[in-house]
Amino acid sequence: MLLHYVGVVNMSEITKAQIVTWLTNCSGIYSENRDMLTELDAAIGDADHGLNMERGFGEVAAKLPAVADKDLATIFKTTGMSLLSKVGGASGPLYGTFFIRAATKSAGKESLTLAEFIEALQAGVDGVVGRGKANPGDKTMCDAWWEIITAGKTASETGANVGGALTSMADAAVKGVEKTIPMQAKKGRASYLGERSIGHPDPGATSTKLMIETLNKVVNEA
Amino acid sequence: MKKLINTVENVVTEQVEGLVLANPALKLVTDPYFIYHEKSQGKVSLVSGGGSGHEPLHAGFIGKGMLTAACPGAVFTSPTPDQMMECGKAIPNEEGVLYFVKNYTGDILNFEMAVEMLHMEGIKVGSVVIDDDVAVKDSLYTAGRRGVAATVLIEKIVGAAAEAGKDISYCEALATRLNNRARSFGVALSACIVPANGKPSFILADDEIEFGVGIHGEPGIERRTFKDVDTTTTEMLEELLASDTYSRTLKTWDRENGDWIETVQSTEAYEKGDDLIVLVNGLGGTPESELFGAYRKVHKELEAAGYTVARTLVGNYCTSLNMEGFSITLMKADAETLELWDAPVDAPSLRWGC
Repeated sequence: MLLHYVGVVNMSEITKAQIVTWLTNCSGIYSENRDMLTELDAAIGDADHGLNMERGFGEVAAKLPAVADKDLATIFKTTGMSLLSKVGGASGPLYGTFFIRAATKSAGKESLTLAEFIEALQAGVDGVVGRGKANPGDKTMCDAWWEIITAGKTASETGANVGGALTSMADAAVKGVEKTIPMQAKKGRASYLGERSIGHPDPGATSTKLMIETLNKVVNEA
Repeated sequence: MKKLINTVENVVTEQVEGLVLANPALKLVTDPYFIYHEKSQGKVSLVSGGGSGHEPLHAGFIGKGMLTAACPGAVFTSPTPDQMMECGKAIPNEEGVLYFVKNYTGDILNFEMAVEMLHMEGIKVGSVVIDDDVAVKDSLYTAGRRGVAATVLIEKIVGAAAEAGKDISYCEALATRLNNRARSFGVALSACIVPANGKPSFILADDEIEFGVGIHGEPGIERRTFKDVDTTTTEMLEELLASDTYSRTLKTWDRENGDWIETVQSTEAYEKGDDLIVLVNGLGGTPESELFGAYRKVHKELEAAGYTVARTLVGNYCTSLNMEGFSITLMKADAETLELWDAPVDAPSLRWGC
């Protein structure tokens, strides 16, 4: 079931209610896309990414109601710790680190301006790169994140509102995933395939795309 | 696809429940998930962990003379940091906790976080990365060599050292040395079926094998034509014995300063006359009759090449669910290694001398 954010739509910032709805909806999105992600992972990895993301965000959805009235830092940190303890594999520490780092940019906040939101995403991605040491073109979730953040910054600098920026970011995520298709994996389990990893989209980049698309829907389809 | 399971979600928990019921010396903690045995006071505790699906690795090797505890993850998925940390806190840890980590991106990331967290709890902690799969040629363009069946040999030998009262630094150095002396290579005749996926990860024609596979149902480094077991075994031994010195940067935990130290390590060369411990390991779907058939060729070729087969293990020890195929692991052994190998071990899936 998808929750819809009901309230005053103010496109100058992302509200806490939208963030909570986003993270809660991710649970359903990853359930719906479980088999698709697992198929992608079966091609170049170990066929478990869909199940792992479903389990992780299931835990997030279960834990969020208890902290939904706290600040955004608490919400992001709870999300990160839930993913860290439930996902496993490489994506657990990576997505976990992502949200825990994003939390450091949202202490005491009830909403984020577009610039603040992008800053939080940037902190999250920097954390992921710090742990996983991914470089551009390594065929990882970061190849999607970098496209998303670049699009967000461009939108922010050209005066787009939150809705417009997120639409650009969701489009960029799709492009980010497409760009991973011709890449040869240099990180993670797919790297063992060498050239045989070429021709497949990266499962981690794909789950990142789903995450941003879900936020885009929450903000723009309210 | 028929599988002897109830639901995909409960594959690991039901399997662990059965293992513990069958082996009352093992204790199970379910939140978070780990298995341990208590009779390990006064010695360094050895903890292993990794994705499930490699049984009997790791929980089958918990017992006197081998592991203190194991943290099973979901099928082919690393356990989580909180799981490994809580395990390290719950078992006897006054002499320290040493984690064995197979070299996979997920395992490394989760164990690194666990080591950092356990250190913050004031517990002496260390970790050893195992990366013995010579099918992976380089570490520059990949996540490095995978940790596979040498894990069994290393856990046994270091387990004996811990049982004999060696401290954490000694056990850590020994494990590192053993890892640099171990080489593995695997082939698959068919893919395994990951329960969550429900179908084989890849399809091979009747005359094809995946050459250089890991233990997660992933395809190998290349697809080759299969003729017979002697030919394949010879090809695998060529890869194992031709393997050049392999250097890579590995992290070790600085217990004094609470930080990671990166060191470049190199594998050791083999020379004629070396004593070898040989493991011919089934990947889960291969009958023992075929494994011994393969071992026959391994033994003869190694002796013909001038090596001494000092000890042998043949069977399913580090599997990939129901994958058909096998791996060969060689470990260069000195007198201490052989003495520790021969020491008593009393684990559900490895037992001798007791």
